[in-house]
Amino acid sequence: MSSQAHEHQPLGGRVLTLPFLICAALVAIAGVILFQRYTQGLAAASNLNDGYPWGIWVAIDVVIGSAFGCAGYVIALLCYILNRGEYHPLVRPAVLASLFGYGLAGLAVLVDLGRYWNFYHMMLPWYAQPNSVMLEVGLCVATYTLVLVVEFAPAFLERFGIEGLRAKLNKVLWVFIALGVLLPTMHQSSLGTMMVIVGHKLSPLWQSQMLPVFFLLTAILMGFAIVVWESVMASLNFRRPMETPVLSKLSGLMLVVASLFVVLRFVDLIVRGQIGQIFGGPQSGWFVAEMALMISGLALLIPKANRNRSRALFLSASLLLAAGILYRLNVYLIGFTPAVGPWHYFPSVKEIMVTVGVFALEIALYLLFVKKLPVMHAVHPEHG
Amino acid sequence: MMSKNKTSVSRRGFLRNAVKGSAAAAAAACTTVVAAPPEANALVRPPKPLPPDAVGLLYDSTLCIGCKACVTACKEVNHMPPDVGPAQQGWNAGGGDKPIYDSPVELSAKTLNVIKAYSHGTGATKDSAENGFAFIKRQCLHCADPSCVSVCPVSAMTKDAKTGIVNHDPSACIGCRYCVLSCPFGVPKYDYNDAFGEIKKCQLCKQQLAKNELPGCADVCPTGATLFGRTEDLKAEARRRTALKVGEYAHFPRGDIAGKVGGPRSGHEKLVEAAYQTHIYGEKELGGTQCLAVSAVPFDKLNLPTNVPENGYPTLSEGIQHTLYAGMIAPATVFAGLAYLAHRNTKNHTDE
Repeated sequence: MSSQAHEHQPLGGRVLTLPFLICAALVAIAGVILFQRYTQGLAAASNLNDGYPWGIWVAIDVVIGSAFGCAGYVIALLCYILNRGEYHPLVRPAVLASLFGYGLAGLAVLVDLGRYWNFYHMMLPWYAQPNSVMLEVGLCVATYTLVLVVEFAPAFLERFGIEGLRAKLNKVLWVFIALGVLLPTMHQSSLGTMMVIVGHKLSPLWQSQMLPVFFLLTAILMGFAIVVWESVMASLNFRRPMETPVLSKLSGLMLVVASLFVVLRFVDLIVRGQIGQIFGGPQSGWFVAEMALMISGLALLIPKANRNRSRALFLSASLLLAAGILYRLNVYLIGFTPAVGPWHYFPSVKEIMVTVGVFALEIALYLLFVKKLPVMHAVHPEHG
Repeated sequence: MMSKNKTSVSRRGFLRNAVKGSAAAAAAACTTVVAAPPEANALVRPPKPLPPDAVGLLYDSTLCIGCKACVTACKEVNHMPPDVGPAQQGWNAGGGDKPIYDSPVELSAKTLNVIKAYSHGTGATKDSAENGFAFIKRQCLHCADPSCVSVCPVSAMTKDAKTGIVNHDPSACIGCRYCVLSCPFGVPKYDYNDAFGEIKKCQLCKQQLAKNELPGCADVCPTGATLFGRTEDLKAEARRRTALKVGEYAHFPRGDIAGKVGGPRSGHEKLVEAAYQTHIYGEKELGGTQCLAVSAVPFDKLNLPTNVPENGYPTLSEGIQHTLYAGMIAPATVFAGLAYLAHRNTKNHTDE
């Protein structure tokens, strides 16, 4: 047990660095805009309308943001469920990233909800509407955020020397780890199911009973990609050795998941008789862009040598991440056409700044936590 | 140490095979899901039937004279504020900040019912798709299987078991606007200009019906273009009308088709001047709706969605949901498996 205490170390260093201050300024700007939103209504800060009642605050902050938060999910799955101990160094940073990804996705929901003061109705059984996919998503996300807090708690307890509680928590942690794998599997696929009901309003390029499968696959893929991305970024910014050997194994899994996604996507289009939509149908350009990103990202990983090159890994993770982002954006916004009447939507500058603020807050908190808490794996001399 | 390694290797092998096996099973399941015809598809739930005593409206575009009395009556009966479209703001600002003339152009959080016009070419002939014009009434259609009710996480949107009216309760609503997003007809609306905005939609004047009075729109309609009644009766009436021939005289009732709600009213005889489309809008669309429409002009020209399936979309989304989460058995089983593995593996990790 005591040896574990030295496994993770706070990075230390100054907190008030330039990136941190930039993030803080962006958060402050978002705060001013949110004041307007709460005093004057959604239209004062956004271009949301009855044709596009969901804009980037849902599509990016929640749907894409929570996929960013899948780092903890995939690493817990590998490490604790498939018993691959070699991924252990990635657990804490991944869980931390997830905690902020999900916590802030939850916060972003409160920004978007038109009647936010009633939000707790989601938790009250007498309001529950069990057919609602959104209810399942909401409850899963809320529970999972709590699970992440518990999963991350050892770092806190270790930092403040609360060993007794930490030992007790360690005994029951397996329950939370199991929940931490089950819940994202449920709600990440349900994020896809959520758009099934919009029917003909979503282009046949994306509308499918397979949406839950595609959302689960992109969640896993984006989880892997964000782990690689974040690890390389941390190594560069904090001047730590690259974790390439572990990442190269992860990248093999990324290749499998991305290939499965591409194959199933085409099979689905063929079976539904919509393959012709790729060629010049409305929004086909966005489909092509999505596939181009996905295929180029996975193609980079086909030569095994590339999987040991941190540059190639980083580039491929970036491409796959972009592909996942675009897929989700296509399903939630770009491929969507309102039922009746000409409606237009492009996010307002204020709306974009709120989204930027949410992500800036995530980065600022992450920087603060890795410096002050034992999150990162301690670097031993034999590694360097 | 050796034996431990051995077991962990074989366990790994087992897990690898298990993962491969479940991936193959998942792929097979996926193929059946997309390949199976909808009726044989396990991920589709059966459609919901209309309650036998469901009530609604029949809108006859050929009888509508575009007077918009229904729009005004709807506002009065439901205490809705005037709505001034952007194009009218210049001349319609009134003395202070209050507009002098209600001029809604589309359904909104201020307008639950609106008459819209179609026009083509010279716009000379009423109820003609070519060089003509026609009216369409837009309001909630009160679906047999409503998407808005299916998506609402907090039961703010409900369907009355007897009348089938789709009601909205703002005190339960969290304002997520999933109903706005999901409605195949673009009906529920939210007020984006209000810090405490509400979802608004037609509730078939349930408060009037409770007093045995007609919904505002059907009450004031001078021509019987908006007719109230049991949906089954309205459907029969719609079939009678769509079978009428041009040049025939026919009787058109007003108010309540059964002559009960709001008291009996006299109808009128009228010459059928334009050929009805055989399509009764709302008879089959998305599982059927309680409010129906007939017209001489094709409905796609009247900006109503016509390329829609005969089963409501909730049959698809709830189908997925009910299959995966039936009795929570699958999640519970998965959880048990995950908990077992996590328990065993974390123990190993701490031992090491």
